[in-house]
Amino acid sequence: MKNWFKNIDSNLIRLLIITMIVFIIMAALVPSKFLTLRNIESMSFQFPELGLLSIAIMITMLTGGIDLSVVGIANLSGIFMALIFTKVIPEGTSGFPMFLYLIMGIIVGVSTGAFAGYLNGLLIAKVGITPILATLGTMQLFTGIAVVITKGFAISGFPEAFLIIGNSKILFVSFPLFIFILTTAGISVLLSKTSLGINLYLIGTNEKAAVFSGIRKARVLIKSYMLSGILGGITGVIMIARTNSAKADYGSSYVLQAILVSVLGGVNPAGGFGKVIGVVIAVLALQFLSSGFSMLRFSNFAKEFIWGAFLLFIMVLNFIQNRKAAKNIVKKEDLK
Amino acid sequence: MEEELIVVENIEKSFPGVRALSDVSISLKKAEIRCLAGENGSGKSTLIKVISGIYKPEKGLITIEGEQYKSLHPIEAIRHGVQVIYQDLSLFPNLTVAENLALNSYLGNNKKLLKWKDVKKIASSALSKINVEIDLNGIVGSLTVADKQLVAISRALLNNAKIVIMDEPTTALTQKEVDSLFKIILNLKEMGISTLFVSHKLREVIEISEEITILRNGRKVAEGSIDQFDEPKIVYHMTGREVGTERYKYVPRGDKLPVLTVQHYSSDTHFEDVNFDIHSGEIIGITGLLGSGRTELALSLFGIHQHDSGKVLVEGKEVSTNTINDAVNSGIAYVPEDRLSEGLFLQQSIARNTYVSILDRLQNKLGFVDFPKADITVETWIDNLSIATPSKENPVSSLSGGNQQRVVLARWLATDAKILILNGPTVGVDIGSKEDIHNKLRELARSGLAILIISDDIPEIVQNCNRIFVMHKGQIVERLEGSRTHENEIVAILKKLK
Amino acid sequence: MKISASKNMLKRFRHEFIILAIIVVLSITIGSINSQFYSVGNIYSLLKSTVIMGLFALGSFLVLVSGDIDISFTAIGVFCMYVTSKLVLLVMPGAGIVLIMLIAGLMGVLLGFINAVFISLLKMPGLIVTLGTGSMIRGFLLTFIGVRIINKLPDSMIAFSKITLLHKAQENGHIVGLSIGFVVFIAFAILIYLALKYTVTGRAVYALGGDRVATARVGFNITKVQFFIYGTVGFLSGLAGVTHSSFMRNGNPFDLVGTELSVIAAVVLGGTSITGGKGTVFGAVLGVFLLVLINNSLIMVGIPSYWQRAVVGIIILLSTGSVALQERRSRGV
Repeated sequence: MKNWFKNIDSNLIRLLIITMIVFIIMAALVPSKFLTLRNIESMSFQFPELGLLSIAIMITMLTGGIDLSVVGIANLSGIFMALIFTKVIPEGTSGFPMFLYLIMGIIVGVSTGAFAGYLNGLLIAKVGITPILATLGTMQLFTGIAVVITKGFAISGFPEAFLIIGNSKILFVSFPLFIFILTTAGISVLLSKTSLGINLYLIGTNEKAAVFSGIRKARVLIKSYMLSGILGGITGVIMIARTNSAKADYGSSYVLQAILVSVLGGVNPAGGFGKVIGVVIAVLALQFLSSGFSMLRFSNFAKEFIWGAFLLFIMVLNFIQNRKAAKNIVKKEDLK
Repeated sequence: MEEELIVVENIEKSFPGVRALSDVSISLKKAEIRCLAGENGSGKSTLIKVISGIYKPEKGLITIEGEQYKSLHPIEAIRHGVQVIYQDLSLFPNLTVAENLALNSYLGNNKKLLKWKDVKKIASSALSKINVEIDLNGIVGSLTVADKQLVAISRALLNNAKIVIMDEPTTALTQKEVDSLFKIILNLKEMGISTLFVSHKLREVIEISEEITILRNGRKVAEGSIDQFDEPKIVYHMTGREVGTERYKYVPRGDKLPVLTVQHYSSDTHFEDVNFDIHSGEIIGITGLLGSGRTELALSLFGIHQHDSGKVLVEGKEVSTNTINDAVNSGIAYVPEDRLSEGLFLQQSIARNTYVSILDRLQNKLGFVDFPKADITVETWIDNLSIATPSKENPVSSLSGGNQQRVVLARWLATDAKILILNGPTVGVDIGSKEDIHNKLRELARSGLAILIISDDIPEIVQNCNRIFVMHKGQIVERLEGSRTHENEIVAILKKLK
Repeated sequence: MKISASKNMLKRFRHEFIILAIIVVLSITIGSINSQFYSVGNIYSLLKSTVIMGLFALGSFLVLVSGDIDISFTAIGVFCMYVTSKLVLLVMPGAGIVLIMLIAGLMGVLLGFINAVFISLLKMPGLIVTLGTGSMIRGFLLTFIGVRIINKLPDSMIAFSKITLLHKAQENGHIVGLSIGFVVFIAFAILIYLALKYTVTGRAVYALGGDRVATARVGFNITKVQFFIYGTVGFLSGLAGVTHSSFMRNGNPFDLVGTELSVIAAVVLGGTSITGGKGTVFGAVLGVFLLVLINNSLIMVGIPSYWQRAVVGIIILLSTGSVALQERRSRGV
């Protein structure tokens, strides 16, 4: 399996080229719609949620784990925020007090994510449950708590001022995209420039050697699941602001999609390898495919089909390319 | 003249980037014990895989039991009685002993259905062939290494083995277990089975084999009856150069306090009342049987295992060894036993593998790593330890075993450690590189480091240590002066231990 | 001798005993709060509820034991169910249930083989492959075959849902029977158990999960074994799909997908190791029973049904957590 991810950089370039080809084909097929400012804008509202969730899953995959609970975290955070916005804020609040309430809500949402991630981290690093099982359990638990709180109903009707986050633009950039850019830039720096980031890659490469090298494994793992949880919380903010409602089981298909995006972006599910930029390109590729096919009047289900096909196509392409690369070396040797 | 069981002639085999075997020939007579010797990368494993049919050679001829082949298919090899016992034994840890033994013959006979009574019967008759008793219902994963090996050997014999190839069979065995393995090999000889014994432990090679074939860089460089060889001669053929045998001389540096003092150090389960000290410039060796507590002692000093009582002093000051970070901060470094699983991040860069131990010191308050500084440190150590690589960004997996071991050394020297503990520092390292590593350790000791080597390799200990401890059942039972001790003395002590 | 053998049994099946004990304690608790729990009708309906998850779980169990993971089985199930129903209605509306199940099962085998091609020939990780094939299969179904719920299923499928055994009269005079679906599930559980225990290919599934390299070296044909595994998963999924629509009395192409993680949770709950090589059919079946018991009986003790997921989550964490802690302790870390 490790072989799969060796030629990561050339695979990344190939993904980039394919993404551009997808873009060009879509632009050529439906130029009147695809290349419009409106489409670009609407895409920029759509993909940040999936993008952030994919980055969250990527972080945990780098350590050799996975976070299946991240969508559950996003929904739970969304519901806590929704409770504040609908139950706590007194009628008729506006201006600066309103702003404070909003900030409070967002802080509650994001810290819910952090706390949930901390719980995942504890279960994995301290109790020793395999990540896939621990987060399978907490996925049920977090969603379960959300269902218990809402009794299965959606909470809606948030303050106008809050909805700005999901629906407005700063200059030409949609607010969600703005958050996405800031967050991914931050995560990218964190992964490549800080000792936490490097430790995370090293744990994913060889957990035992990491311990023997003096890396505080438990601490790093807990931090990475917290990070994933925080990203889940941020996604929760965008989700409820965009749809003006919070629901316990919103976007449950996001989990598998986010795994798909990470893997497509070159993240090794066994740990140790993967770059933020790869995941960003992958999520863009899927967004182009998805918007383009919408314009071609393909249903959502056709998109599901194409996404799956696209994932397998890229993986097979990587497989053939990597094998060819190995064969070429042989040929060169023979010529000598 | 006895009949040749297998004759392998003029084999050529290449892989992407390397010619693994060129013009190699080897043959085995019935009931012969032959040793195949060579450094890592000399082509030993490739040759084994050609004989067992896993690799197809580009050129050459294999004659086995009178039949000629350009290349063998694994099934043909098995049909002619070729059985390989790999270093990892290739057993199923989750299945019972009986199943591990019997599944093979089910496959061989192309049977589809299992009769559990037969499984037990096959298994117990297999074990009785080499006169051993192991619980047939035991799960293989919970057996000792020696028992696992017996299971692997019995399994090989089940398939009508005529040639048993053992790849580094003694690596994880204690002296006693090695002795009983040798008895079994002689037993096989009496049954008319030939053994191809692959090992880098020359003392054992000389003890057990009748014939020897030595490979170097994919070519056969020497062959003959074992009587014509001794250790230095084998080493010469394996490495292509003379290897020094000079001993390490410790010159006291006149410091008052020892660098490391261990007092009444005990752990409830592994070792008891361990006392010793190491002065700057000393190289101390600890040896003992497997399970003597030496590894646990080292792991406890490094904070990986817990100790229950006793004190550790560094330069006279008591320090904590409760966590790895405590140990590292007090100047203790540990180079682990198993380089691949405990030491290296194989696919990561040499740089990351080196500065991992000092990341904490390289970061500023915000957690950002000072990369220019990290790079300088890494480059200094690459130079200093002469690690052969075109770039520090290359993955560590691109290095040879010896260079990989140097990367692990560099990692710990970069922490400014005062005490360096090495567990099996040259296991799996080529003889040439081994000498370089020994020289480096001596140099480090001379420059003031205190070094503790844990090793099974008696020549290594005798040559490089000025004091030698023998551990047994968690206690230091012998303390010897390095300069006055002969290898055989230690071997004799080890054989007496129970 | 006897004692040590039974001790050995206890040790080897410890996990199964724990799950069994939890089921018993839970049943007694629920029953003491609400005696309705013990009624034949309730027990029969509980058993019927295990059928779909159970059939899926058997397949999932095979894959986990072999050391991989499959999340496409629900998509395969719904695909086979819908396509078979449509096909049968179109071509031979009078087809018997056995034929229908065979068609769906074989269709499942073919889809499973697609997984096997990627996993065994291209050596790709199962999670990624089945993520791709799962979404392709469902996408294909909903795009090219149909999105409408089939309200009029072939007669034999409706009839199948009404076949019951072991009829008993309840206190209120109602006669209740055990769904034949449960018998099908248990029959397949026994079949899989026998296949794993008494065939060489079955042992190879465990061998593969224990040590892949060793499996190849010993001379097993790994490709063949993997085609067997994923083909069986496909067959069971096809069967589960048809049984599901028969129970529902309609063919809904939107059903089933989304339950795959719960199925895997049930198998893991039953003691199957996610890293491969360990687990028993009995355990997997118990895992399904436990999950279904929680899902269907909370309401009987006055806990609102919206607590289900949270309780399931906690049970998964407690069970996996206790196993993990035990392993830690035995390793002495």
